[in-house]
Amino acid sequence: MDALLQQLFNGLVSGSFYALLALGLSVIFGMLGVVNFAHGAFYMLGAFGALVLLDSFGLNWWLALLLVPIGLGLAGMVVERLFVHRLVALDPLYNFLLTFGIALILQDLIRLKYGVASQPYDRPDVLGGSVNLGLFSYPKYQVFVLIFSIVISVLVWLVLNRTRVGMIVRASTERAELTKSFGIDVRRWITPVFGFGIALAGLAGVLAAPMRAVNSGMGGDLIIVIFAVVVIGGLGSVFGSVAAGYIVGMLSAVGNLYVPALSQSLVFILMALVLLLRPAGLFGREEGVLA
Amino acid sequence: MSRCVTILASSPPTWESPLLNVADITARYGEAQVLQGVSLEVAKGQVVTLVGRNGAGKTTLLRSVMGLHRSMTGRVELDGTNISRMAPHKRCRLGLGYVPDDRGVYASLSVEENLTLPPKVGPDAWPLEKVYEAFPVLAERRRQAGTHLSGGEQQMLSIARVLRMGARMLLADEPTEGLSPLLVRQIGEIIRTVKAHGVTVLLIEQNVHFASTVADRHYLMAQGRVVESLDNSEVEQREHELLEYLGI
Repeated sequence: MDALLQQLFNGLVSGSFYALLALGLSVIFGMLGVVNFAHGAFYMLGAFGALVLLDSFGLNWWLALLLVPIGLGLAGMVVERLFVHRLVALDPLYNFLLTFGIALILQDLIRLKYGVASQPYDRPDVLGGSVNLGLFSYPKYQVFVLIFSIVISVLVWLVLNRTRVGMIVRASTERAELTKSFGIDVRRWITPVFGFGIALAGLAGVLAAPMRAVNSGMGGDLIIVIFAVVVIGGLGSVFGSVAAGYIVGMLSAVGNLYVPALSQSLVFILMALVLLLRPAGLFGREEGVLA
Repeated sequence: MSRCVTILASSPPTWESPLLNVADITARYGEAQVLQGVSLEVAKGQVVTLVGRNGAGKTTLLRSVMGLHRSMTGRVELDGTNISRMAPHKRCRLGLGYVPDDRGVYASLSVEENLTLPPKVGPDAWPLEKVYEAFPVLAERRRQAGTHLSGGEQQMLSIARVLRMGARMLLADEPTEGLSPLLVRQIGEIIRTVKAHGVTVLLIEQNVHFASTVADRHYLMAQGRVVESLDNSEVEQREHELLEYLGI
């Protein structure tokens, strides 16, 4: 029982990363119609951003948690303005070529400097050690990651659901073309939303630095699962992405406990089932094709 | 009975300048030429319907007027302003209110958010209280997701939304489609009310009889062209012929 609970907790912590990444990916897809294959690379840059800030500037993890997402968010906005916005009118194949190309370039740039070996990054002192959760004790840092990611998800949810900006983003995510006909300049919101999605990926990267292997491939490994998470939650559904993130995290962790051989595949089995039974995803909506 | 009264009381003078002027519009979907040079006019305060079979190009015409169809050529004027190259959101802000064929109700927005998404674009924008008074069901369900409403209620929401905006011209794509006779009558009432407020309406409608009870004039479309312009008496005289033509 304790083992199961502990494994569920591990799953929630993994799910925290899935949720933050899927959230950004989903909002970007909804609003731009672009599947951002570079999302994992920005997550990786988030972790390396924390590393560089510490090694070269002596800035600690807490500052990285603030500065890296802001910096990557701005970089994301530049990438959107320079490249991504050109995709809208093009065949979806170009979407793949561009964003996958960006991912490879970013990965190789990091590889040039750091090679493929993982870089060490110490967890912040305050979050060292473990906390007693009653039934088992758990690393303090992981508990922090879980709480922090939930807080961020809730904040994003509040902004999306309680503000006019959020309402516009939701409407544009659901039906971008239609939303224009209701007087909303959807294009104006695209660049900041893209930057915001990238900032979330960067934030996840900073959170990952002290507890995951920091290397150039860390994003590529994760992104495939994230795509499955987004599909399971429902493309374009913000709530769905977050919920599916935690669900997939727990599923993999529990699978790891009972059927270790299957644990890597479970997420894709779930995805296949969801696609069979609810093609629009658990929290997605069927959308008619506009005539 | 009320039908005759309405038509007589509200027929606008014919010399009024057109609010919407569409000149020689073409549009294509890939290889298919869907609109082959459509021209039409809608005078201020008039209700004009587009009738025609499925595939005649009616929906594409409305989408082109709204700016949602990229391959459009030709000229669209709203109140004398050339809006042919204008982005859809700017057309909306000039007072075009779009009621799309699929109702365009957002699942991720509550009923009230669906109503308040568009900015107010005209001096006659309905306050929410007025909307809720006219559509009590929307008031009851204001906190629910837009798509939790029934089909008819979503249609009400779609129309109420453009009234809340204060649009001066409605582009309504078959608002009566799939609705019960009771709801169709209700939509008819709404259109008459809207018209009484001076709003101009371009309406796609398959139901010729219904069309003649709400509209001043009718354009018959076929194969991407306007083939005839009819007034109500002509529609009544030729109802059977038209029904046969429309395949209903």
